[in-house]
Amino acid sequence: MTVQLKINGTVHDLDVEDDAPLLWVIRDEVGLTGTKFGCGIAQCGACTVHVNGNAQRSCVTPVSSVVGAEITTIEGLGAGGLTPVQQAWIDHQVPQCGYCQSGMIMAVSALLKTNPKPSDAELAEAITNICRCGTYPRIRSAVQSLAEAKS
Amino acid sequence: MNAHLPSRRMILLGGLGTAGALVVGYAAWPSHRLEQDDALAARPGERFVSNWIKIASDGTITVVIPHCDMGTGIYTALSQMAAEELDADWSKLRAEAAPPDPLFANGALAEGFILSGQNMTADDLPAFLRGTVANTFRTVAGVMALQVTGGSSAIRFTGVYGMRLAGAAAREMLVKAAAARWNVDTASCTTKANRVLHAASGRSLGYGELVADAATYTPSSNPPYKPRSQYTLVGKPIARFDIPKKVDGTTNYGLDVKQPGMLYAAIKISPVFGGKLKAVDSGAVAGRRGVVKIVRLDDAVVVVADRFWRARDAVAALEPVWDNQGNGAVTSAEIAARHTAALAGNDLKKDITTGDGADALPRGRLVEATYSVPYLSHAPMEPMNATAIWKDGRLEVWSGTQDGLGARAFCAKTAGVGIDKVTYHLLPMGGGFGRRLPGFFNFLEQAVKTAMALPGKPVKLIYTRDQDMQHDYYRPNVTSHFRAALDAKGAPLAWLNDYTTDTGANTEAHIVYGIANQALRTAKVETHVPVGPWRSVEASWHGFFIETFVDEMAHAAGQDPLAYRRALLAHAPRHLAALDLAAEKAGWGTPLPAGRARGIAMFESFQTIVAHVAEITIGPGGALKVDRVVTAVDAGMAVNPDGMKAQIEGGIIYGLTAALNGEITIDKGAVVQANFPDYEMVRLADCPQIEVHLITSDAPLGGAGEPGVPPLAPAVANAIFAATGLRIRELPIKNHTLTVAAR
Repeated sequence: MTVQLKINGTVHDLDVEDDAPLLWVIRDEVGLTGTKFGCGIAQCGACTVHVNGNAQRSCVTPVSSVVGAEITTIEGLGAGGLTPVQQAWIDHQVPQCGYCQSGMIMAVSALLKTNPKPSDAELAEAITNICRCGTYPRIRSAVQSLAEAKS
Repeated sequence: MNAHLPSRRMILLGGLGTAGALVVGYAAWPSHRLEQDDALAARPGERFVSNWIKIASDGTITVVIPHCDMGTGIYTALSQMAAEELDADWSKLRAEAAPPDPLFANGALAEGFILSGQNMTADDLPAFLRGTVANTFRTVAGVMALQVTGGSSAIRFTGVYGMRLAGAAAREMLVKAAAARWNVDTASCTTKANRVLHAASGRSLGYGELVADAATYTPSSNPPYKPRSQYTLVGKPIARFDIPKKVDGTTNYGLDVKQPGMLYAAIKISPVFGGKLKAVDSGAVAGRRGVVKIVRLDDAVVVVADRFWRARDAVAALEPVWDNQGNGAVTSAEIAARHTAALAGNDLKKDITTGDGADALPRGRLVEATYSVPYLSHAPMEPMNATAIWKDGRLEVWSGTQDGLGARAFCAKTAGVGIDKVTYHLLPMGGGFGRRLPGFFNFLEQAVKTAMALPGKPVKLIYTRDQDMQHDYYRPNVTSHFRAALDAKGAPLAWLNDYTTDTGANTEAHIVYGIANQALRTAKVETHVPVGPWRSVEASWHGFFIETFVDEMAHAAGQDPLAYRRALLAHAPRHLAALDLAAEKAGWGTPLPAGRARGIAMFESFQTIVAHVAEITIGPGGALKVDRVVTAVDAGMAVNPDGMKAQIEGGIIYGLTAALNGEITIDKGAVVQANFPDYEMVRLADCPQIEVHLITSDAPLGGAGEPGVPPLAPAVANAIFAATGLRIRELPIKNHTLTVAAR
């Protein structure tokens, strides 16, 4: 059976099961490996992508549920050059091992579209992604700097 | 501790006299090896001028790093150290991973241990290196063949004994080459930003122009070093090389390997450690889409399929039958009883005794407490994985490990071929924390064996999170029983510590506090649960035990915990300064609202002293919030201050996760926890405000990755005591009910 997915503006006809997890289809069928596998049960957020602009954990998303949607991965996010979020991540030297940061950046980017100036509490409530290296203080300061830039 | 080190030359000679033991860090130097190095890693137009630095004819400098990237920023920091001594133009410098070849073994790491006075017999090795020895060699010479990344060793050993030396030696060779060309004295030449300058004649030559001539000189093993006061790169918060590729998803971790025709493997390992696969009926998955092969390993079953999710779902559907090897009934409670019994038994081994030891115990008022810490999983964000292809008697492997050379040797041994038949590609790691050190390569072994069952096919084995969490090598479960005798004023007369261990005595149990009579003993407890180095290793438990017990002594003495520690540190000015700085910046002693409290703890590990003050709130219903952690760090000097702060912040959060939530429990011989809901992590909402203050001292450079962890749990636990009167003697804190004490 064929599933049609639109990923980063490109339509892919994919021969996969309806319930195939979006994460692995993005990685293994489409070949975009910037989106990471962390837990497989939507707990850690390493697999976060945008579905119609909203952050979604792709490891538990069956592909059939996103047919016709605009799916964006980390590769698509910065396709036109680094976004302000990515630049802030460099300016604040956020990543350590970096593995969770694709998901972090996708989650934060989606949040800032709806709430450009989140408080620390709003940020913490919205961003529940796990970073095992402990980059949270820098994520906080990077987001603060983006919020201040909006003021 | 380093006051009476032999000179480098003496080490060289002394080493030659004692079974070759001490010389290998140096044996890496002689120029006869440069041709071999060139053949391995130099590209056309480049020559090696030392083991760790190469300079191209266009002036591009590549620092070859005998470590792997697990996120600590060492490629940048080590390059800073080399570039500083080389007087390199930073804009022309890049860092590159050393090939996993014995020629690029990290002699500096080995030398660092020698100079630290740590004898490298297999049993005495620091934990992060033990696996190397156990798996490959038991000789000191073999230990030299290291490319390990761990033990917070990159800066203090590779940097101090390797990068600086390489940079300074290369600079000296370039100066000699320029002076010869100009026919002037080398002393009349200076260097700056990739050029040799001759001020008297106004001439200058770029490093690139001098490479061919410079390479004809033998690198000195004793080149002059810059004084710290002249540093222009070391000590600067230079942006990390690796970060741009970590914000756009282009860093390729082990998980991201792509090979033509690649298959994917998912594994189910015997839940009971050491169990054997008795039987598995593959009929349940035989007709499934994409399933290529069921591979039976000694202790696991593997499904290989055309896509990972198909392999994962298929292996989950299998119901293997295991032989539990007699360990199918082991529980955490039973293991805890073994620790208690070992400490109460008669088979304790003496670690150290000072003064009158235990005989001094009856001389004062007894303070006594027993502490324990649970097993912990590393849980790096990237689950274990490796890709391998076995073809025509040759093996090619791709994986992120903390020792490329060790991994290559391990793969060769697993496949039963010589190391020359193995190509190993070392990839960045999505977290290491000790999990990917040699000795802990279960995933590599399984990947190689699976690939060998499918000759000619590249196979990527990926652990699901539950396999990763349930087949780790855990931070050990440890129990420690303390007794102290206090005099009439509360000062300690005696300090006794009996602790359980899976190996032997730990130097991390030795205290900095000035107490005349001490007796430390160990009791060995072995279980079927595999254990291994976990960020900060032995310091992760001894830091908690010692710094909580000192707090208990202060309380028993009716004294302020800071003042009590200070009184015992008159002989240790750096420790005192770190403690004082953390206390001052945290506002120690200033009043806090009801329900809030501070706790302090200080611990030295990996040559770095870290003092934390934790400020907490006990909210309604006993909810604990760690609001703020104020930290003072003395690592001698931070090579990259921003990188150092990042590592300490990370250590605080890693330590906080363990202190609050971290607990791996055993039931029916197997790990209970399977994923993040039951092995919970600190997330943004639980992350305190963190302030890190760096102290610059003249002390030797210390590590950064680990030292932030050990004092964190006791700082929080001591704050909880201050707020509630409840003494946390067993981690994690989530298992305790907290109630604010009446004032």
